[in-house]
Amino acid sequence: MLQAVFLISGLFAQKKTMNWILEPWPWYVSGPLIAFTMFLLIFMGRQFGMSSNLRTMCSMCGADKKADFFNFDWRAQQWNLLVLLGAVIGGFIAQFYLSEDPTTVAISSETIQDLNNLGFESAGKAYLPTELFSTNVFSEPLTLLVLLIGGILIGFGARYAGGCTSGHAISGLSNLQLPSLIAVIGFFIGGLLMIHFLYPLIF
Amino acid sequence: MRQIGFLVIGIFFGIVMFKSEAASWFRIYEMFKFQSFHMYGIIGSALFLGVIGVQVIKKKNLKSFFGQPINFVPKDKSFSRYMFGGIIFGLGWALAGACPGPIYVLAGAGYWPILVVFAGAMLGTFIYGLLRKKLPH
Repeated sequence: MLQAVFLISGLFAQKKTMNWILEPWPWYVSGPLIAFTMFLLIFMGRQFGMSSNLRTMCSMCGADKKADFFNFDWRAQQWNLLVLLGAVIGGFIAQFYLSEDPTTVAISSETIQDLNNLGFESAGKAYLPTELFSTNVFSEPLTLLVLLIGGILIGFGARYAGGCTSGHAISGLSNLQLPSLIAVIGFFIGGLLMIHFLYPLIF
Repeated sequence: MRQIGFLVIGIFFGIVMFKSEAASWFRIYEMFKFQSFHMYGIIGSALFLGVIGVQVIKKKNLKSFFGQPINFVPKDKSFSRYMFGGIIFGLGWALAGACPGPIYVLAGAGYWPILVVFAGAMLGTFIYGLLRKKLPH
């Protein structure tokens, strides 16, 4: 048993073995791991859905005094807040311990070209565009407005549609729910409108 | 004990979201431009296993880790709320380049402006709560 532990830790100490963790994970690893996450939650007796946490946190902040939509037993949703907290910790671990520095995303050369044309010079050189997500933007009111409006649309749309990517595109479609299919078609209509028609106006 | 379970599942999910690059604004843009298979591969393979797994759970009446029956609650039947809500969500997803899961993940990864997106998402949820009765569902 001890020998096995030494063997495994020895393997991990070799950089060769660690490379696959430090490099971006391919889709055929990531997709199954997302399904695995959903099944873990199902076997914990819960459902996979990230945006409902927003409603829970609104209620915790006292929104139930303004609208009865927030008047529910949010304490029953504490488990999902723990998943949320875990996701924050997971993001920290992945960025600072499981990624190469700088963390870049190998998007296609066409995408890089299109983004350069829109003024995103950081395409292909960063994990998120520095034009939108570096701390410099805190002194750029217009960029902050773009992020805020993006957030408002996400929060409003997710609750109106009764779920987001995790709740509809993964959980709902896995259970062959027609409403989730309608929602996912809506996600794509909205996304395509934004990227193809509104981006040239905004950026 | 269960609490730790949920926390660990969240940590696992956060790492997967980040390492898969599903939390990258660039990948979302690329997806909506149909310039890479990456995001479609992620969602497609997750769904392929998801559909099979859910069927197996239902057919075999599998129980949860705690021995309880597993219930899949069907979504309420409707069109407008899913279509209109979906379109609004999609506009935001493409603009901010993040859906709710990655918002939390990116906050942990230290991309502080994502907190503005988070504040917006809270505000958007609150606005929905105020307007809910006036919207077609």
